[in-house]
Amino acid sequence: MPAETAEAVVSSWTGHHTDILRFATAGSVDDGKSTLIGRLLYDSKAIFEDQLAAVERTSRARGEQYTNLALLTDGLRAEREQGITIDVAYRYFATPRRKFIIADTPGHIQYTRNMVTGASTADLAVVLVDARNGLTEQSRRHAFLATLLRVPHLVLAVNKMDLVDYDPAVFERIAEEFSSFATKLEIADLTFIPVSALHGDNVVQRSANMRWYDGPSLLHHLEHVHIASDRNLIDVRFPVQYVIRPHQATDPELHDYRGYAGQVAGGVIKPRDEVMHLPSGFTTRVKRIDTAHGPVPEAFPPMSVTLVLEDDIDISRGDMICRPHNQPSVTQDVDAMVCWMSESRRLSPRDRLIVKHTTRTAKAIVRDLHYRLDVNTLHRHEGAGDLSLNEIGRVTLRLTHPLFCDPYTRNRQTGGIILVDEATGATVGAGMIAEKG
Amino acid sequence: MAPVRNDYSLSQLDSLQAESIHIIREVAAEFERPVLLFSGGKDSIVMLALAERAFWPARIPFPVMHVDTGHNFPEVMEFRDRRVAEAGVRLVVASVQASIDVGRVVEETGRWASRNRLQTTTLLDAIAEHQFDAVFGGARRDEEKARAKERVFSFRDEFGQWDPKNQRPELWGVYNTRIRRGEHIRVFPLSNWTELDVWEYISREGLEIPSIYYAHTRTVFERDGILLADGPYTARADDEPPYGAMVRYRTVGDMSCTGAVESTATTISEVIAEIAATRITERGQTRADDRTSEAAMEDRKREGYF
Repeated sequence: MPAETAEAVVSSWTGHHTDILRFATAGSVDDGKSTLIGRLLYDSKAIFEDQLAAVERTSRARGEQYTNLALLTDGLRAEREQGITIDVAYRYFATPRRKFIIADTPGHIQYTRNMVTGASTADLAVVLVDARNGLTEQSRRHAFLATLLRVPHLVLAVNKMDLVDYDPAVFERIAEEFSSFATKLEIADLTFIPVSALHGDNVVQRSANMRWYDGPSLLHHLEHVHIASDRNLIDVRFPVQYVIRPHQATDPELHDYRGYAGQVAGGVIKPRDEVMHLPSGFTTRVKRIDTAHGPVPEAFPPMSVTLVLEDDIDISRGDMICRPHNQPSVTQDVDAMVCWMSESRRLSPRDRLIVKHTTRTAKAIVRDLHYRLDVNTLHRHEGAGDLSLNEIGRVTLRLTHPLFCDPYTRNRQTGGIILVDEATGATVGAGMIAEKG
Repeated sequence: MAPVRNDYSLSQLDSLQAESIHIIREVAAEFERPVLLFSGGKDSIVMLALAERAFWPARIPFPVMHVDTGHNFPEVMEFRDRRVAEAGVRLVVASVQASIDVGRVVEETGRWASRNRLQTTTLLDAIAEHQFDAVFGGARRDEEKARAKERVFSFRDEFGQWDPKNQRPELWGVYNTRIRRGEHIRVFPLSNWTELDVWEYISREGLEIPSIYYAHTRTVFERDGILLADGPYTARADDEPPYGAMVRYRTVGDMSCTGAVESTATTISEVIAEIAATRITERGQTRADDRTSEAAMEDRKREGYF
């Protein structure tokens, strides 16, 4: 890279004006997902020469005709040996506008749990469709899972446009079909982009082969999609994570210091705000919002801060700080859509589990399994006896302690739970808390 | 904290910082005996700084540990001791030499001899001896492709082994901290940081780093495209002529397998400019230990390496 370019890159990257977009990609190798990711990484210079050389070596050794960019993302020995992707891989690249974290998830149904994992933190999901095949059961499933996990932005990338002669009719047919399917889902923001990952059409640059398409390239969309307002800035939710008490007798100011550390899960908190503590129901005011860099005038998601309150209330880890007139539900009975993730045990009524929700942990018993959802047809199988690996269903849990929670549709942080096996400690499921009723 | 924009978005460094602090506090709250691995390298410097920020104005509520291969850069050792004293934390030193002396491991011989792999035994022994149940490491997912698939909270069985095919799903930043006696968790608060993020954070926060990260004159020789320091730990062969060069280190590890890069960067912004322009990964450029095979890192990690 010439020196002046390097300088330009540095000055743009060190300006601190960039933010982070986390996105998940779903699709199978056949859809060209690895090629698409390879293209994004390569064109944004996130692939280094030694990485590319290693991939070229391996491709040649295997007798493959072209450099297999999938090898860049398949990191484990078993994946390379079997030519499959097993797990979520995280990839990083940056442009002058944004830093990107890709959760690259395998597409096959047996990896639903990985797609759910990758989507849980994603601001945006890219679902890939092969233009020649149109919508498949798999693309519908990916779109459904992205909406189940409330990924706020969805991109349907219609790939391999080069193989259908860049025909606008093909693209429009797929977009229309998907739009009609999407009415069954709650998708806040849906974008269709025709691409050819192999040739780079509409990936980084607008394609000269598809002048009929007047939308942005994929990278342009990723760089510009507005995500700040996706976070819940209305309902103040501060799960107390850790109580900071320096216990330093020598320094009188520190001797009495008591701060409640945590990551803001919702709303905007300011000094002087009246706040309520749960479970006690006591109210007080925010005296100061501390960070190691000094007090800040406001705190919002996902900042990690320390609240110092006006009054001395007995507050410990697992408690919640909110606003008196805007409280989460306080409940020992939780209805949730659960994705089951265990290979070794099933989920059945009367099972016992451990639930972790924000900073709180409780024991739970499965009171009811209402239905199992077919992730391909969205059909509800009522009367299902259990859930096995990668199955999704609606359950009611009874907990030993109340949770301070919101519907997942309202807040992903205070609406998500993980389910843990008491005996092995394994994470066996994830749940999205439903609205009551 | 850097000024925030009025649309309630955080800069990338502030987002990463918030996530890392959340992770560090979660460990302190849920584990009995955590420890933070501190080598004096740039990643562990950032990790230690984040731990200080997580508990401020209180001190870090756990000790730090250095797995000491005995093949150290003197500048880094001096820095380590000073930094640990400044943070007011207890330092545990786990010594590879001691493991060799008691016969737990056998020193490698030959041209590629290194104590890198021996560290795993020393580390696991120290974890068992001190009954640490959570071990913070400074590894990043952008470093290596096996690491790209590792969890932030990475479960280890009673043998310290990592089973990449049987990892706990990790959702929403809700971390599963449950382990049984004898098992432990490796925690990687810098998982989502890139090399450049680390450097920019060092720059923004004005963190001190050992002098070997800046360009200096050193006698080096070339082995397999890697510039190694000429010295007692590198067993230079006769066909590997030494020469003086302006170099800096991009990573800091065992002297026997950590390479330098030619550089004229004497300030942090010059270092960042070089890193932003480089077309080679830091491990590819400076670590002989990762060149052994395509799966060198995965294999070492399975055994319990950092």
